[in-house]
Amino acid sequence: MKRIVVGAHYGLKDWIAQRVTAVVMAVFTIVMIAAIAGGATSSAEAWRGFMSHGAIRIATFLFAISLFYHAWIGIRDIWMDYVKPAGLRLALHVLTALALIAYTGWTLQILWRL
Amino acid sequence: MMPTENRTVQFKIYRYDPDRDAKPYMQDISVELDVTDRKLLDAMVRLKVKDDSLSFRRSCREGVCGSDAMNINGKNGLACLTDMSTFPVGKPIVLRPLPGLPVIRDLVVDMTQFFKQYHSIKPYLVNNDPLPEKERLQSPEDREELNGLYECILCACCTTACPSFWWNPDKFVGPAGLLAAYRFIADTRDQATTERLDNLEDPYRLFRCHSIMNCVDVCPKNLNPTKAIGKIKEMMLQRAI
Amino acid sequence: MNYSVRKFDAVIVGAGGAGLRAAIQLSEAGMKTAVLTKVFPTRSHTVAAQGGVAASLGNSEEDHWHWHMYDTVKGSDWLGDQDAIEFMVRNANECVIELEHYGMPFDRLDNGRIYQRPFGGHMSNFGEKPVRRSCAAADRTGHAMLHAMYQRNVKVNTQFFVEWQALDLVRDEAGEVLGVTAMDMETGEIVVFHAKATIFATGGAGRIYYSSTNAFINTGDGVGMAARAGIPLEDMEFWQFHPTGVAGAGVLITEGVRGEGGILRNAQGERFMERYAPNAKDLASRDVVSRAMVTEINEGRGCGPNKDFVLLDVTHLAPETILKRLPGIHEIAIQFAGVDCLKEPIPVVPTCHYQMGGIPTNYLGQVVVPQGDQKSVPVPGFYAAGECACASVHGANRLGTNSLLDLLVFGKSAGETAVKELKTGGRSHKPLPAAAIDKTLARVDRLNNQKDGADVHETRLAMQRTMQKHAGVFRFKDMLAEGVEKILAIDAQVAQTQIKDKSKVFNTARIEALELDNLIEVAKATIVSANARTESRGAHVRDDALDVPETPNGRDDKNWLKHSLWYREGNRLDYKSVQLKPMTVDTIELKKRAY
Repeated sequence: MKRIVVGAHYGLKDWIAQRVTAVVMAVFTIVMIAAIAGGATSSAEAWRGFMSHGAIRIATFLFAISLFYHAWIGIRDIWMDYVKPAGLRLALHVLTALALIAYTGWTLQILWRL
Repeated sequence: MMPTENRTVQFKIYRYDPDRDAKPYMQDISVELDVTDRKLLDAMVRLKVKDDSLSFRRSCREGVCGSDAMNINGKNGLACLTDMSTFPVGKPIVLRPLPGLPVIRDLVVDMTQFFKQYHSIKPYLVNNDPLPEKERLQSPEDREELNGLYECILCACCTTACPSFWWNPDKFVGPAGLLAAYRFIADTRDQATTERLDNLEDPYRLFRCHSIMNCVDVCPKNLNPTKAIGKIKEMMLQRAI
Repeated sequence: MNYSVRKFDAVIVGAGGAGLRAAIQLSEAGMKTAVLTKVFPTRSHTVAAQGGVAASLGNSEEDHWHWHMYDTVKGSDWLGDQDAIEFMVRNANECVIELEHYGMPFDRLDNGRIYQRPFGGHMSNFGEKPVRRSCAAADRTGHAMLHAMYQRNVKVNTQFFVEWQALDLVRDEAGEVLGVTAMDMETGEIVVFHAKATIFATGGAGRIYYSSTNAFINTGDGVGMAARAGIPLEDMEFWQFHPTGVAGAGVLITEGVRGEGGILRNAQGERFMERYAPNAKDLASRDVVSRAMVTEINEGRGCGPNKDFVLLDVTHLAPETILKRLPGIHEIAIQFAGVDCLKEPIPVVPTCHYQMGGIPTNYLGQVVVPQGDQKSVPVPGFYAAGECACASVHGANRLGTNSLLDLLVFGKSAGETAVKELKTGGRSHKPLPAAAIDKTLARVDRLNNQKDGADVHETRLAMQRTMQKHAGVFRFKDMLAEGVEKILAIDAQVAQTQIKDKSKVFNTARIEALELDNLIEVAKATIVSANARTESRGAHVRDDALDVPETPNGRDDKNWLKHSLWYREGNRLDYKSVQLKPMTVDTIELKKRAY
């Protein structure tokens, strides 16, 4: 028997998160463009100095987790749309989530190693 | 401008009769139109006189029953509201069944899935108060909230133009169903807002709408399902924060 | 050919307003009910009703059901049965309020009550001046109503058989009705719906005329089925020509346009209705307005290059009013007349709109036929409501907004009566007579095997043109007699129709041929009854009935105050008296009709 199962009772949070993270990414992008235009990346030294500034470090980290969360929802939706077998889909979800968490750790490493 | 003399129009029509054809094909056919044939449906009725096996649904021929929805030159619409003068001269008019639904025959599609989704939103007024002897009162302003919602004719132009529905027809409610859902949420007489929002809080049912807006583009009644869907999301947000 | 049998407590044929209203009654009572419909319920033609539904709610000004009753009797030119009319108008408020409770989105007044507008022939204080009685949802009342009733049926779990074409009524030898035969359009399968109660709500047959406001599906299926099963058809000579169909296209423009202040003008720009109906003017009864329009056109005061239409003018109204109260009309004018009615008047002509006659019923919704010396004996197990039925509340001419009321009141009443008889009458599934089913199978077989037959489209067109020419707004003695001969000749063709498409799957050519079998019965009933009725009454007006004191407006009460009953068998006519005695009030006495 094939029964259509819907009614997971989530979705709103993700929908809001996608919009909030998009705003964070947009703001960060504008700040970065302004900084680049202002010469923040004129030399490797200047760039390193700029990026190791505490506020920029935090902002970059916020951008990264926004990107990962945004990507999580998007990629998950793609698995939901295209991968029908539940076992395989779950595995792909887990792999995606693990990868994105790993990227988060990596981002931390990079930013605070500066 | 209305043409003043009879003219011949070329058609390319999707044909498939499971009783006879192994697979679908496109039929080239032309028909001479009378000066009084203004609408695509008039032309199709004439085509049917020529070839009585051409199957399509039609009824009111004035855009209120929603029977003759089909894919016209790549865009969903009602044959009875499509003016022949809008077609480029010299090119055949391409008619296909509504996309995304199984074809029964020719331009007739199986709308079961479409109506299943419509029914899934509980399309009826819920009010558990004791029935008053007279009408329930509603201010003209509150009634106006229903404009742009209640006029839907369930023709399925919008839902079958929606990629999210093509992909998840069994799970995504689709623009027509969501418009109907908001029609009841917006009705001051309805008391089931919470249940209706609960019913839609789902990654598929509501949130597969990605505001592509094909629905708005094709609606023959000029309704805006995307706006209604936005309002549902807005209400969910209000409820959550 | 194979067929299967399915058993139900009740089968309803048709899912327009009347069918859906009856279905609510049966489903709420827990009866196992099948609703057969050849189109998805919300595609039924009730959806196209525009102006409103009559009820003396009195939301805007004083109103009373007794005034409504007077208007309806007068509108019917005294051919309506006054008991049924009293029943209808007294149940109007309740039925409209029920719809509101189902969720129908009526327009509202500032105090929150249902908006009402004036409509033709609806007056206060026994014909004094127009009254606001039509309860409306913009100019989409039928749409709002049909959807609300479908939604209610979804709520009460009514079982629909969508895209099933009913074929024949099944009666046993005693005449009792045992159900219908029907075809699943998707597969061509034939099924006998064996039921203890059969309710017909199949609508009218406006498509017997060439120019009609009606949908393609309005082919009088129930009326034709009843006629073939030996049920007489009542008052079929009375057809309403709606004054305002879009010239050329036939699409309806609601009388609500005139209710909101629209005016009819001839080529000279004159508001000609002032001459024909000094009191009610543009809001006179529909037959009166249609005849006035045709008279203007015939006397050379029509508009356009061929002087063959008149103009409906709303340019003097506030654009906000039009866009708020008549948004659909604004769209229709652009789509089908090519005019923006805010700036230009709409070209209109009288167009066939409504079948006043039909399957004879009483106010309980039971189908009644003459038996012995009794003229109205119920047929066991058979009910009808809506346009296919003749209760008779519309008599010789229906008032606008009374049709939606008719289908509500009598749809409900037929459903209620069926429930009552199912619960208490001890109705059971009587054995099915094989002969009755054979008739259907023979019909379908004939069509499948017909060779060298008549073309369906050509035959139908011949019928429509004949009806238009010989039984239109004005009727002429010689033309009627000639029309009878022509229609009988076409009838012989209909028996020989041929289709090229023999597919079992969604064969619309076959459906159209089967529909033509029904249309032709209606056409025959109409023209034969019209030819016989040698008076003018309501919508039936002929040249040889003179307006003299003994017969005012050509109406001959001495000889013709009676209902026609046409029998298919032998193409013969019978008559029965009009019920002049209402249920509780005094008879509304006969007098000359003027607006």
